[in-house]
Amino acid sequence: MLSRISQLGTRLLRETRAAGNLTSHGSSYYQGQLSRHLAPAKSILFSTAASSHHDETSQNKEKISVTFVNKDGTEQTISVPVGMSMLEAAHENDIELEGACEGSLACSTCHVIVMDVKDYNKLEDPTDEENDMLDLAFGLTETSRLGCQVIAKPELDGVRLALPAATRNFAVDGFVPKPH
Amino acid sequence: MGRGVLLPRARRLMLFLRPTSFSTSASAASTREPLHVCVVGSGPAGFYTAEKMLKGHEGVQVDIIDRLPTPFGLVRSGVAPDHPETKIVVNQFSRVAANARCSFFGNVTLGSDVSLSELRRTYDVVVLAYGAESDRSFGIPGEDLRGIHSAREFVWWYNGHPDMYNLAPDLRSTESAVVLGQGNVALDVARILLRCTTELASTDIAGYALDALRSSTIKKVFLVGRRGPVQAACTAKELREILGLKNVHVCIKEADLVTSPADKEEMTNSRIKRRVYELLSKAATVHQEKSNDDRKELHFVFFRKPTRFLPSEDGSTVGAVELEKTLLKDDEVTGKQVAVGTGDFEELKCGLVLKSIGYKSLPIEGLPFDKYRGVVPNLRGRILSSESETAKVEPGLYVVGWLKRGPTGIVATNLHCAEETVASILEDDKKGVVRASSDSKRPGRRGLLEILEQKNTRYVPFNDWEKIDAKEKTLGQLNNKPREKITTWDELLKVANEE
Repeated sequence: MLSRISQLGTRLLRETRAAGNLTSHGSSYYQGQLSRHLAPAKSILFSTAASSHHDETSQNKEKISVTFVNKDGTEQTISVPVGMSMLEAAHENDIELEGACEGSLACSTCHVIVMDVKDYNKLEDPTDEENDMLDLAFGLTETSRLGCQVIAKPELDGVRLALPAATRNFAVDGFVPKPH
Repeated sequence: MGRGVLLPRARRLMLFLRPTSFSTSASAASTREPLHVCVVGSGPAGFYTAEKMLKGHEGVQVDIIDRLPTPFGLVRSGVAPDHPETKIVVNQFSRVAANARCSFFGNVTLGSDVSLSELRRTYDVVVLAYGAESDRSFGIPGEDLRGIHSAREFVWWYNGHPDMYNLAPDLRSTESAVVLGQGNVALDVARILLRCTTELASTDIAGYALDALRSSTIKKVFLVGRRGPVQAACTAKELREILGLKNVHVCIKEADLVTSPADKEEMTNSRIKRRVYELLSKAATVHQEKSNDDRKELHFVFFRKPTRFLPSEDGSTVGAVELEKTLLKDDEVTGKQVAVGTGDFEELKCGLVLKSIGYKSLPIEGLPFDKYRGVVPNLRGRILSSESETAKVEPGLYVVGWLKRGPTGIVATNLHCAEETVASILEDDKKGVVRASSDSKRPGRRGLLEILEQKNTRYVPFNDWEKIDAKEKTLGQLNNKPREKITTWDELLKVANEE
């Protein structure tokens, strides 16, 4: 099953490349001229592409184990191919990680908290653009990252990522209603 | 191409291969009468609410109504045309609309096509998510002069909102525009005025707006804030973008960057304030060579509040804004630093003023409303009968988004806001307080359709919006744009009704 997913991923990648400019017009809502705005995401795409190629030869050897800790405290451990972002991995495994902008560094909804600072330190520093988005992330911590910018690599094997819990109260400040 | 293209393709396939809870749960719940939910407003707050309801309750049927024939609220009419990546979220919203347990009814106005009391009789749960369609005002002399618009009007205009396509702001009689406010909306309108039109030409900006901007004579934009750079309400992302515009000379007075101990404390407590301030300081110290080229100018004007709008020679168009210099003082009640006037005035000449000091929600009949705060009084999304301490919870009536918490935050803020409101709904449903007793079941969608038929309202379902969507994309291709927005009510409804 897992190897089928990675094959699927590679096929999609090939299709996307083959389709090239064809897909850039009107294939999906509002995406016509995206590439110009996606400089930071683009460089990451290239690295993803390179390691996916690598995957083709080594099959499912290059995978790491990633544990997501959900809002309710339950855990899901999944196997993630090297080169894949945590956002894509979460979506392929039905983990409730939002991805409003689908990895284009324009929102903060795929915010994850790296639970072990040692793992956090293994990551490249966030770019200014990622930090701009983290500014707006809900429940930001010292080891917060965007899931779309954390790419699986062998050193991260066993990493634990927590989804921030929704605890902020939007209610009227200090107001206590009488029970009805 | 960026990942934005790769992911939706991948996800569509995934949905196809492995049906999610979305498509399977409808049948599981068929044994019981569905929980009928109506969401009023199809912006991010409305769609996130619908999505969370569908995920959280197997037996729910969600109808989303919107007064426009087009869905997605401010993602369509608020997000700037040069921010296409922010609009990608409509892919997710469209998947919600495609759910068998969810329906969209465009061109249905709460208040005229259907009243709030009718909705409450028809649905077990009504969630108001209609946002903020008006503006705060200064209430100072001269505010009615020609050439003064709210930023919302200007944004709706360049985004092709059918209520504002005929705004026709005059961009050809002046060299200077003043934007009052320094939040992200202020930065958006300033950026649209300053950005090269060759760059805007490949966005989904309204065609007439692009034409008007092409012949614009505006060379200088002044962004005016009552307080200092530490208190600027914008985010680092928007600021970084405008500071990096091609062919724009950024002017920030270094004297304005001096910080007080209170400022420093604000920055220590807020990562975003610290980063915004750092960006402004950096921009101020980069001494750009001011050559005699045709570069436009962006001026940050801090510590000034408008006190009067002054007419130009013709007497009816704005010619200048009178500004009073301000100082920051600690407000004992809120603990925040507030701007107080110094009695020292100056005039800033301009021919266009965009007021960007906040959106304002509008009340509707039968809805409790806090006029002072411009929101519906609520407790975690449950609407309360008033702001007073003796308020009762209005059963089955909920609020989300800007109408709930005021007009601030980004698209994603609505995600958490919707989670909170949906948690309240699910809790109340479990307690059995939202459903009517079995002998007076509410009809839900069937009831809405009857009301709309009686009123002779021709609603626009989601697949008719898809006709508009397809037509706009086709028109866009001709102009090398992602879409060419249809901007009049007549044309939108005509395309929606085409066979």
